[in-house]
Amino acid sequence: MEIKLTLNGKKITADVAPDLLLLDFVRDHGCLSVKRGCETANCGLCTVLMDGTPILSCSTLAVRADGHHVQTLEGLQEEAEDFAIFIADQGAEQCGFCNPGFVMNTIALLRENPDPTDEEIKAYLAGNLCRCSGYEGQLRGIRAYLNSRKGV
Amino acid sequence: MLTIRQYVRAESLEEAYTLAQKRNNMVLGGMAWTKMYNRSIGTAIDLGGLGLDTIEETDEAYLIGAMTPLRVLEQHVGLNAMTQGAVAESLKGIVGVQFRNTATVGGSVWARFGFSDVTTILMALEARVELYQRGVMTMEEFALLPRTERDILVRVIVPKMERSVCYLSQRNTKTDIPVLTCAVVRRGGETFAVVGARPRNAEVYRDTEGLLASGVTEEGACAFGESVARRASFGSNCRAGKEYRQKVAAVLVRRAVLTLDKEG
Repeated sequence: MEIKLTLNGKKITADVAPDLLLLDFVRDHGCLSVKRGCETANCGLCTVLMDGTPILSCSTLAVRADGHHVQTLEGLQEEAEDFAIFIADQGAEQCGFCNPGFVMNTIALLRENPDPTDEEIKAYLAGNLCRCSGYEGQLRGIRAYLNSRKGV
Repeated sequence: MLTIRQYVRAESLEEAYTLAQKRNNMVLGGMAWTKMYNRSIGTAIDLGGLGLDTIEETDEAYLIGAMTPLRVLEQHVGLNAMTQGAVAESLKGIVGVQFRNTATVGGSVWARFGFSDVTTILMALEARVELYQRGVMTMEEFALLPRTERDILVRVIVPKMERSVCYLSQRNTKTDIPVLTCAVVRRGGETFAVVGARPRNAEVYRDTEGLLASGVTEEGACAFGESVARRASFGSNCRAGKEYRQKVAAVLVRRAVLTLDKEG
């Protein structure tokens, strides 16, 4: 069936199967930052923003994106650049596989709550799993970025 | 693997209901669980165009549309004010923000999951379920409907009333499916507990023995917790055994009663 959506600012019309997942759709359109991880809606690797809201593209049909704006990390490079370097500085990325999901959800967090506490950061990012790092590095990175914004 | 032959964005509840009568057709919720099924769906019916994704407020109740994401329920100011934050507390442990933006209230309620935080808190709030054909019924009545039921869940109705609510759950690890869920409510001098994830559908347990009737004491709270744990049926699964769940139920109910008393 035909769907029309905006993917990273670009209007797209596509003919899709009813059971095609949004995850596969965006990857077919070159957005390879969006990963297939657990496939049980737990790991956050497939996070995309639909009309600005972080959702799991592994559990969303592509047809449900019809008429919506979808963003992946490919379309948010500038916004991500601001703080991703702080995460890297803390050595929080080891294999890096989870990183796009973390960055996407951090963008959503900071749009919703520009000055979160550590507890709020942990709560918001609880749906992003990392098998390498133990999460402290990501938390330190985001905290360092927030402190730098305040000039601390 | 889940396959879908046809997708229909319903233009009316009547259309959705008519399509849903065919056995291999299915109404979609948020799909977080459905997409893990190994089944072939004839027609997937989407209620996403029917304006059921918001919470409306009337003088008497909050009307939660079936397609409302769990995250919207979690963040709802009025419902959280009415429950001293118990609604947010009940939902915050469900996987992560992205999951709760994807999963819907209707999907969670309709599925009657035996591990559901959502069912537990809604039952505690004495919510009613509105089905397109059968009309309005209590959560307890809805829980007893056969799973072959092919009606359409339209909304969940939470009556506005003065009440104190405390929600607690036990999880083996944060964001995992709960081992046990528990809500204790005090309303108009009456106290009742709802225990879920036993791992069976949530159920209401009233203070039929009057253990808290003349006020809350440590002993009374403990006795009510033991009473609920004795009356409820528990089961075992990969997360916990039934004996463990029974012990945890007594502790959570006692703690919730004491917390309500402490917070006035």
